[in-house]
Amino acid sequence: MDLSRRTLLVAAAAAPLAGPARAAAPVLKLGVLTDMSGPYRDTGGPTSVACVRQAIEDFGVSAKGFTVEVLVGDHQNKPDVGANIARQWYDRDGVDVVIDVPTSSVALAVQQVAREKNKIFLNSGAATSALTGAQCSPNMIHWSYDTWMLAKSTGGAMVKTGGDTWYFITADYAFGQQLRHDTSALVLAAGGKVLGDSPYPFPDTTDFSAFLVQAQSSGAKVLGLANASGDTVNAIKQAHEFGVEKSMRIAALLLFVNNVHALGLEIAQGLVLTESFYWDLNDRTRAFTKRVVPKTPANWPSMVHAGCYAATLHYLKVATDMGIAQAKQDGIATVNRMKAMPFDDDCFGTGRVREDGRALVPAFLFEVKKPAESTAEWDLYKLLASTPGDQAFRPLADGHCPFIKA
Amino acid sequence: MMMILGYPAPLLFGQLLLGLINGAFYAMLSLGLAVIFGMLNIINFAHGALFMMGAFVAWMLLNYLGIGYFPALILAPLIVGAFGMVLERTLIRPLYKLDHLYGLLLTFGVALVIEGLFRNAYGSSGMPYQIPAVLGGGTNLGFMFLPNYRAWVVLVAIVMCLGTWLVIEKTRLGALLRAATENPAMVQAFGVNVPRLITLTYGGGVALAAFAGVLAAPIYSVNPNMGTSFINVVFAVVVIGGMGSILGSILTGFGLGVIEGLTKVFYPQASSTVIFLVMVIVLLARPGGLFGKAA
Repeated sequence: MDLSRRTLLVAAAAAPLAGPARAAAPVLKLGVLTDMSGPYRDTGGPTSVACVRQAIEDFGVSAKGFTVEVLVGDHQNKPDVGANIARQWYDRDGVDVVIDVPTSSVALAVQQVAREKNKIFLNSGAATSALTGAQCSPNMIHWSYDTWMLAKSTGGAMVKTGGDTWYFITADYAFGQQLRHDTSALVLAAGGKVLGDSPYPFPDTTDFSAFLVQAQSSGAKVLGLANASGDTVNAIKQAHEFGVEKSMRIAALLLFVNNVHALGLEIAQGLVLTESFYWDLNDRTRAFTKRVVPKTPANWPSMVHAGCYAATLHYLKVATDMGIAQAKQDGIATVNRMKAMPFDDDCFGTGRVREDGRALVPAFLFEVKKPAESTAEWDLYKLLASTPGDQAFRPLADGHCPFIKA
Repeated sequence: MMMILGYPAPLLFGQLLLGLINGAFYAMLSLGLAVIFGMLNIINFAHGALFMMGAFVAWMLLNYLGIGYFPALILAPLIVGAFGMVLERTLIRPLYKLDHLYGLLLTFGVALVIEGLFRNAYGSSGMPYQIPAVLGGGTNLGFMFLPNYRAWVVLVAIVMCLGTWLVIEKTRLGALLRAATENPAMVQAFGVNVPRLITLTYGGGVALAAFAGVLAAPIYSVNPNMGTSFINVVFAVVVIGGMGSILGSILTGFGLGVIEGLTKVFYPQASSTVIFLVMVIVLLARPGGLFGKAA
């Protein structure tokens, strides 16, 4: 095993929790596997953990006759590290559910482990639509968003308003490639053209000027950023510096509220983006945010964090409904029950999980506010359009998920 | 339009220029490393973290004290340099008599601690830092749009590199430093306070990193991870240039920036690897580095 300081820290942090279970009351073990120290720390990380804990609190576990333990692991955005932690958790520590797992490459690796062990994997942080497509699994539910949904919502809005020629800057790994693929397909289907692409090495790239200049000289109308978090922030910041927005429109295909906060409204204003959750959508989202923000005051929840909350809450409801012993026994059976029962939570409202594991949450198209329009530190978006959950995602038949019998 | 290897010439000129700009950062960072290694024989793995601290101190000066970019360009290196001197006095000094490896491990650990502290305090998303208004906007060069701020970075970097080189090679202070490296006991016997000289050198090298950090703040997001992505490349630059060679690290820094920039046109996937490819080739041909003394 790759023994690093982070793995050791994880082991040390998990050790007291993984001791012998207290007698009598059955215990559910949830492992939040996320990026605690790298580029995706703010879009997953401690805020994901806070949201999982919030769900346990809101569900009122203590009154239901069982207890829930939460373990936290740092996968460092490395598929081998992530798969190793998941394997140890499922095998040795008796973890029932692995939650979050941003970084598509790591999520795809954990997907295999969960299936092999017949445990449960509730993904919120990873983007790739392959999780419910070619590499789908009956043990997994994918919450919050995916690349196809982002392409349709943000990309579709661009194409509809005349953005028919694209140049991509792509993080060269599972996620970026899938996002570019899904967006290109949409652009081509609408009669548009893809004029070029710069796949750059992830995560070692901080300077995007070379790619931005190539994009400018390609003559494309839209600059598609098929990357995430810090990379997107750097790319947008530098695009601004090079005056890219004068000749092209920037499609930040994946941008979270935390990134917009980091960019600052001065630079981010006018960007169009898609999230399935925003704290200021309605009374329920505001109530949820008010409850959880004291646990994570510097970093407000994005759709990924909301997904961790909603997935945990739905799982706890189903597990209670089935009986804890049954829920612990068979991952597939529990996931099937989660698909059969509609979900209802403060973040996404009501909806259902589709047969392939896709949680059908609504997609919201937002525009980033101008500095003058914003009245508070996290008052960042205004709503442009919304797509109901059953239309926001790739149709079941187009995913070609192998375990769905046609 | 003129074409070179199937690419329009203006595009390539633009990339050469951008490569030089990135090279300016490599040069400034590797310069500090080379000074520290040349004079102290310490492989300073904390360099990336200190670079990041420079950017963060500039951000803090602006947001907590309202001190703008230009004063920060002087204040932040002084503050971080002073921090470096404390680091040298308290932690690094006891290691001079030991193998290189101890210094490397210690500074690596220090880097992890510094980055971890900043990550806990400020998260990983980064903090916005605007380009100062005077340096905003850009110039159309015909073949590309050059942001004024980037032009400023190259100019300042060149001045800084030449200045450091002149101080070390052409002044009495530099001569003392070099003498103290060769034979500390002898120099001390002449009445020079060698330990203080070494502390100042470390502080100076660290201040260079912080200076580069302030320059980088408006371009990259001010982010606890910003040093990590640079440090590997910068070490490669120092190794290729020849450990401890001042001029070597400056020229190699700019040169590798250009090579990396061109790779971003022809085969972007390899842009983070190409520098290490160059390193392998150089080490096979000249184990001491391009400008180093033969090992």
